[in-house]
Amino acid sequence: MSIIAILITYIFISNFILVQFLGLCPFIGVSKNSESALGMGMAVTFVTSLASVVTWSVYQYLLIPFELQYLRTVAFILIIASLVQLVELVIRKISPSLYKALGIFLPLITTNCAVLGIAIINIDEGFSCLQSFFGGLAAGLGFTLAIILMSNIRERLDLHPVRKVFADVPIAFISAGLMALAFMAFDKSLLVNLHLV
Amino acid sequence: MSNHTHELTKGIFEDNPTFTLMLGLCPTLGVTTMVSNAIGMGFSVLFVLTCSNIMISLLRNVIPDSVRIPSYIVIIASFVTIIEMVLHAFMPALYASLGVYLPLIVVNCIILGRAEAFANKNTVFDSLLDGIGMGIGFTISLTVIAFIREVLGAGQITLFPMGSWNGIITIPGIHTWPVRVMTLAPGALLLMGFLKAAYDVLVANKAKKAKKAKTEATA
Repeated sequence: MSIIAILITYIFISNFILVQFLGLCPFIGVSKNSESALGMGMAVTFVTSLASVVTWSVYQYLLIPFELQYLRTVAFILIIASLVQLVELVIRKISPSLYKALGIFLPLITTNCAVLGIAIINIDEGFSCLQSFFGGLAAGLGFTLAIILMSNIRERLDLHPVRKVFADVPIAFISAGLMALAFMAFDKSLLVNLHLV
Repeated sequence: MSNHTHELTKGIFEDNPTFTLMLGLCPTLGVTTMVSNAIGMGFSVLFVLTCSNIMISLLRNVIPDSVRIPSYIVIIASFVTIIEMVLHAFMPALYASLGVYLPLIVVNCIILGRAEAFANKNTVFDSLLDGIGMGIGFTISLTVIAFIREVLGAGQITLFPMGSWNGIITIPGIHTWPVRVMTLAPGALLLMGFLKAAYDVLVANKAKKAKKAKTEATA
């Protein structure tokens, strides 16, 4: 798959949230206002891109030579957890303003399905290192797109009367469902029409 | 109701992990296109949750507080690897249809959530019961969601094949004209919204009834 095809696939066609349901917990939990949604999206994009490359390298150069492929899940989750911790330390040291924006979201990312999900998908799809990086980047951007759209919808919903039964979480799910319906317009034929496959 | 029974039953309705705690949503919506997948996923989570709860409860006095989260994750990941290998060896069809969601049990917030909120403070036996109860609650909600989605979206119920029976019950009528969107991604999100609202109403009614009974008892 070419890099543009990977970007289009993971941002639109199989959007991590609206099509594959990966990273749904922060999507519902952190989408109440658009500022924190943007912060969360940026933090996730940063970590997915970085984690994709690191987990890919570890799998290719450490697990395969020693025939330890069955340790994939354990190894990947440990890498992601320590990576998140490291990123937090580095950002705090280098850029306090960025830390202020992303800091509170970073610890939440360890248990975000999207990060482990893209790491495993990269391996299952047999991507190269560069493809994995763009896979991670696209997954993060797709997450960011969905969470920003969602937060804008929810900010507007605050101004409208919603039945008490549906207030907050249920209406968020229903809005997400309608958004997913719109995203169904993007499918594999998009890649064919753009002459990417 | 005795304390032990309460630990077992609280996960099924009042503290149901899917609807009250809104935890572990990714697999809930991802695998519920078929009833058999939902049951397979539910039991995998039940196994991992029970085992990790026991293990963490046993080790709760040994694990230092500062490294407890990484230790929990390693324990959970080991059990997930076990179930992954078992399913791969004995139920390859289920393994294939659960796909990426099976290793993702590691980051299922329910398991880490129970470890942090329950297993590291309670005895081994209580943690065992808590794990089983939460696991059953999770399996039930998954099965309900999958049942609704599959019946409306495909007009059939897929169970596990046994002997000469292929394990599929078809429902005449809906099977010819199914509401296809229910098995697709938007259907899952819409259904989840409606189910959450229905669950909230049920809980509110129950609380109102309990309050009424209480005021009558005191009066």
